[in-house]
Amino acid sequence: MATLLQQLINGLVLGAAIALIALGYTMVYGIIQLINFAHGEVFMVGGFASLATYSYVLPDSWKSDWYLALPLMAVGGALVAVVLAVIMERFAYRPLRNAPRLAPLITALGVSVVLKEAVRLWYPGATAPVPYPRAFVDKQFSVEAFGGRITIGSTALLMIAVSLIGAVVLQTYISRSRMGRAMRATAQDPDTARLMGVNPNRTIVLTFAIGAALAGIAGVLYGIHYTNVDTEVGFLYGIFAFTAAVLGGVGSIKGAVIGGFAIGLIKSLAGQYLPGGTSYDLVWIFILLIVVLVFRPQGLFGEPERVRA
Amino acid sequence: MRNQTVKAAVLVAGALLLAACGTNKTESGGATSGNGGSCDQSKGTLIIGVIAPQSGGLSALGLGIKNSAQLAADQANEKCAVKGYKLAVQTEDDQATAQVGAQAATRLSSNANVVGVVGTLNSSVAQSVQPILKNKSIVQVSPANTNPSLTRGADYGTAPKRQFDNYFRVCATDDNQGPYAAKYLVGKAGKKNIAIITDGKTYGEGLAAEFKKQAEKDGAKIAATAKVGERDTDFSTVIGTITGSQPDAVYYGGEYPQAGPLSKQMKDAGLNIPVMGGDGIYDPKFIELGGKEGDLATSVGAPTETLDTAKAFVDAYKAKAFKDDFSAYGAFSYDAANSIIGALAKTVEGGDWSDSKRADLIKNVQAYSGQGATGEIKFDEYGDSTNKLLTVYKVSGGKWVADETGTYSG
Repeated sequence: MATLLQQLINGLVLGAAIALIALGYTMVYGIIQLINFAHGEVFMVGGFASLATYSYVLPDSWKSDWYLALPLMAVGGALVAVVLAVIMERFAYRPLRNAPRLAPLITALGVSVVLKEAVRLWYPGATAPVPYPRAFVDKQFSVEAFGGRITIGSTALLMIAVSLIGAVVLQTYISRSRMGRAMRATAQDPDTARLMGVNPNRTIVLTFAIGAALAGIAGVLYGIHYTNVDTEVGFLYGIFAFTAAVLGGVGSIKGAVIGGFAIGLIKSLAGQYLPGGTSYDLVWIFILLIVVLVFRPQGLFGEPERVRA
Repeated sequence: MRNQTVKAAVLVAGALLLAACGTNKTESGGATSGNGGSCDQSKGTLIIGVIAPQSGGLSALGLGIKNSAQLAADQANEKCAVKGYKLAVQTEDDQATAQVGAQAATRLSSNANVVGVVGTLNSSVAQSVQPILKNKSIVQVSPANTNPSLTRGADYGTAPKRQFDNYFRVCATDDNQGPYAAKYLVGKAGKKNIAIITDGKTYGEGLAAEFKKQAEKDGAKIAATAKVGERDTDFSTVIGTITGSQPDAVYYGGEYPQAGPLSKQMKDAGLNIPVMGGDGIYDPKFIELGGKEGDLATSVGAPTETLDTAKAFVDAYKAKAFKDDFSAYGAFSYDAANSIIGALAKTVEGGDWSDSKRADLIKNVQAYSGQGATGEIKFDEYGDSTNKLLTVYKVSGGKWVADETGTYSG
């Protein structure tokens, strides 16, 4: 029983990180039907940028106080991620806005390779995993319960909290604010939205920026929780997040979050209880994905795709 | 519109190309310096190939291998060790993957001036490199492959049979290393309930299997076995699966990019027990990435800094001011390169280098004997090193500290 609870917690922590990244995937897809495969790399860059903020920007006296260091690292990580995403949108995706859908998709793959190699080449020591400081309360909470010990770290709690709060704030912003309405309008019909006075380019850039900011913050949380960053994580978590977005229904905020948590939980529970153990945990994630797509091609919370006139 | 699409495509293609050029560069510079111009090098340049990871998680080890081979070649040039020829080192990045390693081997073997190859780091890569070099009869001396089947075949325990007559190695093998670790962990450290975690690769699986055999023989119980993915970074699930059996130690068959974070995450999960591994985790990076006090590793050879024969190597390496540390395999790579150079010198005494000399070179490596940085370098009838020294290291005060050196004897 304790094992089950511990694995549920493990799954939630992993799921929280995936969900934060999946939000960016789902928003960008919702508005321009682009699967931005480079989004996982934006997450990775966020991790490295926040580490650079810590190592090269912060004065030494601030490093020991997490309430100073962590917010600044988050700002650094998110800022670089946002700038990167805006540049990416402007120079890689905007010129292909009206091209066949395959073109931006391939471009996204290309951007992803470029980003990964760029960090690997130019960030000092990034050819191997780089240690990351635990710039937060370094404490593990344990309870003896159900015939075993259940442990959760402070960084894990932070990750889950930020992920859920991020999703709620985002959902509120999109459904309530003026810019959110513009986003939804652009998603539905960019031409009509323009006629109504919405600037589609600005709206799309904002969508990219919000997604990137969340990915950048996810990068910081990943760093302080796992205490290292690696250029490879962008690819791995990008695939997880993409799967989460598809599972939940691309375009749906709720879907991305639930998809993310579902993947985290399946990975940890399958590793514990299903045949093959941790060697086959990824297999079960994709089996679930296939099953869901067979019965609900639009994903759990997605809307069936509209055919544009 | 079309014009813009093309522009974007060209931009991306260009950037990709740039990235590709950056990572696959080969460095042959450095060898040219310091030959003093006094040696006869009229017959041209012969190349010693190096196949090791120069990028990726294991590059710390691979760069040490490259630099140490370079050092051996530089010294040979200074001493005019090979009459009439200049030696150069050509390094190919195998990215620690078998498929890239095969490409690297093919590239080297297409060059008629490549006399021998120092490499690989990974046993799994060696498996794909061996047959390619064998086809061209290029001698290969590995500084770091510890999987026993590479020299003695799949039934190395019961019916050993030489696999490749051109393949040699200067390090001890896992059928020594695994049991040696087990003797230490069960016997000396008194751990009786051990969990085994592996990364599923040739090296890790082989090492863990040998460890398990000896540990069980010595009366320890294997509490649980689990596998982690090669790219995994979140080990909470694996830790969860072994926690229930309350192990008092973990033996990890794999390498430091996973082992370091694993050790850290175990501690975070309240499982504060030592992690022990093989030469694959014996690197300062293991500690940087989360390896904790009391974690253990076996590695091949005696500690480089304590061996008298190693002093000269360490000093020469430092004098060269390489950017990277010589790491766990530097001394082995230096010895491997020197065995090729020594044999090559003997081979070209009788005439100029040509493809027909390759068989002689292999014979001369087989017969080679010399005092290297890791002790006496000699090869047995399978191509294995006769030097079977192993050392147990312990993390103490944030550093690897040698705890016990010896050989495994039944």
